Amino acid sequence: MRPHSSLLLQVDDVHKSFPGVSALSGMRLDLRHGEVLGLVGENGAGKSTLMKLLTGIYARQSGQFWLNGEPLDVRTPREAEERGLSIIHQELNLVSHLTVAENIWLGREPLAGGLFTRPGEQIRRTRELLDRLEMDLDPRALVAHLSVAKQQMVEIAKALSFDAKVLIMDEPTSALNEAEVAQLHTLIRRFVTPSTGVVYITHRMPELTAITDRITVIRDGKYIATTDTASTTLDAVISHMVGRAVDTSATPVGVRDDREVILSVRGLRTRTMVDDVSFDLHKGEVLGFAGLMGAGRTETARAIIGADPITSGRISLRGKPVTIRNPAQAARLGIGYLSEDRKKYGLMLNLDVTHNVGISSVAHRFCAGVFERKGALRRAAEQTVDLLKIKTPSVNQRVKYLSGGNQQKTIIGRWLVKDCDILIFDEPTRGIDVGAKEEIYHLLNTLASQGKSIIMISSELPEILRMAHRVVVMSDGRVTGTLSAEDATQESMMALATNHQQDKKEQ
Amino acid sequence: MSLLDAPPAALAPARTLDSWKQRLQQLLAFAGLLVIFLAFSIAAPTTFATYSNVMNILFSAVVIGCLAMGATLVIVSAGIDLSCGTGMALSAVMAATFMVTWGIPVWLGILLTLAFGAFIGFVNGTAVTILGLPPFIATLAMMMICQGLALVVSGVHPIYFDPVAQKSYLWLSTGNLFPGSGFPNAILVLLIAVTVAYLVFNKTLLGRYDVSIGSNMEATALSGINVKKWLIVIYSTAGVFTALGGVMISARLGSAQPATGAGYEMQAIAATVIGGTSLSGGKGSIIGTLIGALIISVINNGLQIIMLPQQWQNVVLGTVIVIVVFIDQLRNKQAKTR
Ligand SMILES: Nc1ncnc2c1ncn2[C@@H]1O[C@H](COP(=O)(O)OP(=O)(O)OP(=O)(O)O)[C@@H](O)[C@H]1O
Ligand SMILES: [Mg+2]
Repeated sequence: MRPHSSLLLQVDDVHKSFPGVSALSGMRLDLRHGEVLGLVGENGAGKSTLMKLLTGIYARQSGQFWLNGEPLDVRTPREAEERGLSIIHQELNLVSHLTVAENIWLGREPLAGGLFTRPGEQIRRTRELLDRLEMDLDPRALVAHLSVAKQQMVEIAKALSFDAKVLIMDEPTSALNEAEVAQLHTLIRRFVTPSTGVVYITHRMPELTAITDRITVIRDGKYIATTDTASTTLDAVISHMVGRAVDTSATPVGVRDDREVILSVRGLRTRTMVDDVSFDLHKGEVLGFAGLMGAGRTETARAIIGADPITSGRISLRGKPVTIRNPAQAARLGIGYLSEDRKKYGLMLNLDVTHNVGISSVAHRFCAGVFERKGALRRAAEQTVDLLKIKTPSVNQRVKYLSGGNQQKTIIGRWLVKDCDILIFDEPTRGIDVGAKEEIYHLLNTLASQGKSIIMISSELPEILRMAHRVVVMSDGRVTGTLSAEDATQESMMALATNHQQDKKEQ
Repeated sequence: MSLLDAPPAALAPARTLDSWKQRLQQLLAFAGLLVIFLAFSIAAPTTFATYSNVMNILFSAVVIGCLAMGATLVIVSAGIDLSCGTGMALSAVMAATFMVTWGIPVWLGILLTLAFGAFIGFVNGTAVTILGLPPFIATLAMMMICQGLALVVSGVHPIYFDPVAQKSYLWLSTGNLFPGSGFPNAILVLLIAVTVAYLVFNKTLLGRYDVSIGSNMEATALSGINVKKWLIVIYSTAGVFTALGGVMISARLGSAQPATGAGYEMQAIAATVIGGTSLSGGKGSIIGTLIGALIISVINNGLQIIMLPQQWQNVVLGTVIVIVVFIDQLRNKQAKTR
């Protein structure tokens, strides 16, 4: 293929393989001037790999890239930035003990006399940038103290602080709620001019209609098709992705209010955020937790399992009061917690799939005396890989080499193997593709019908509507309402989620 | 009635590249050991590769090896144990106190000494988990405490074992369980210690939680593992190896020397690092550490044999560590950007 100067970015016949995996074969892609190109494909299809090749993180094996008709061959991310390619990675890449401003200007700090840093100037520039982007962030805040969603905003601000021609966004919205997504889309529209373009990777299909001009689908590392967003349907895109039709219409099964209360929380408070939270969880129920970012849902979950200390409140399990001091005790009582932040609180990145799947259950299920039953553990890991269709060359692969969605499936598998009575899943389908999401929903329904109880914290309202028998809505650390499946609608949930904040404004 | 009662998956290949790479790395370390050994044999043809000198090397590898087993367990958890050198000296003093001063039978004295070592480790582990001190600080303090206590308990002079009353104690190091094999018991003890460490690290929960904590402590805790408890267990186990080092060095010398020990912790850490264990935790190898302990012992001994002045020996050893770890990192980096 010849370079086309009318195209902003052109990728042709790219191949990349890792030991035991062919990530990309004969991949191609065109980005036009002034467009937002959606890039979709299943977990492990090769989307992130392609972006890492483009920005010089991986070395390319074969194939060609052109930027505005000129060959593009960058070796380091720095070079990519200089050529006008800016990327927001799927995994957060911030230095947690530095501030927002320090992270944004890392390696490009404003200097006086080429030697001394100018903190004041740096803060001023950050303020300017954040104001321009209409982001509500404190330049001096430590990144470690920010929620995942806010960290994601910092990443976005950083990417937009470069004078970029091509902006690559690898699942930028996986940690954002609807309002924040809308805000991001406004930013993108403002960024796009006749000389720039955006590659937008997502697993949230409705976003494609909202922001993209065209959609490129890849499957198993191969180019499948590109279509105009206006002239296609999401179902068509999904069937291109998965290679078959996916039914996304199921609703929660059975209402279970009458069942035994298994977990009861009363007046829960923590020092940081949680303020008088009470709710009941029934046996065999999927209880949705909805709310805006920072509503205190994660903090509530962490307080229940004893990861953070509680200052007051009672928790009872099957009617008996319990004091849970740490997550180990929670696990002994049959409560498992899946964190929203898989890299920080979920995965042992350097260890293999077997370890990551088995770590919670090895003590009671895969030990004989003091020795581990390695064969049994390995078989359980293999079954999990099969059940969740985790894409990996073997269970001995280190999870850091798995794609984001497959990493997420791995920690979901951990809690399936553990066989808990109560599962608290915090954003469980983050980064998981449409097809696999349906399978996980189905799995959760099966678990519930087997009598397990599930708390599902999610920022995706459609997901809550699909799954939850009842919905607890939180705002500012408080429960602002509990809705039955019939009463729960996007509008009713949003009203409750913003309830408290409106009160405050009126005061 | 779990979801996972599905039919077993087709068997995937049992070993991945990773485990072969680890083997290769150990093979390389072993080759390095041979090269160093050969080099000294050529440099000092008449004195280095003799039976008695090789025994000297092995005796010193026994002590460093025991300490390094413990150091490996701790370092894999992303911790560090600076107290194992002086802890060893204190353990030796305690062994002598139990047996010589108090007249406790040898077998019981040894058990008490090992228990004492576990106690040192327990205190370390408690300081790290319950008090939340950084391992470096907690064990640095313990290093000084042990150094002081060894002098206090012994009254600042060596305690000699009685060749008759503690005959079996001395036999533990220099005797021959298999007479005529020319194989002193100390080496058997090291082999047993390495085997135990290997089993603990590779086949039990302790090893699994050790790498898990070293790889991501918070994620391990949220997986329902009692991280504090297990860290205390890990430090305590390391303490047992420290005490075993104390037993072996005092049995070899026939006395407990309260003022020795400082510096051994660095040798143990160096052996661990040379053996391919990462100081940032989450990755380690017991066999690698054994090879590392042998390499350090060979270099220590060889430099003495070729009569390099004492002050130069540490310079050489430090240089070797830099080179070995550098090569290791280089290889890891290549693997990553491949
Ligand atoms: N560094 C690596 N080493 C080995 N295999 C890798 C590496 N990076 C990616 N892979 C493999 O390449 C394939 C493509 O991964 P990639 O991360 O590009 O997927 P993706 O399309 O971004 O998926 P997701 O939607 O889950 O993020 C996967 O099978 C993954 O396991
Ligand atoms: Mg990806």
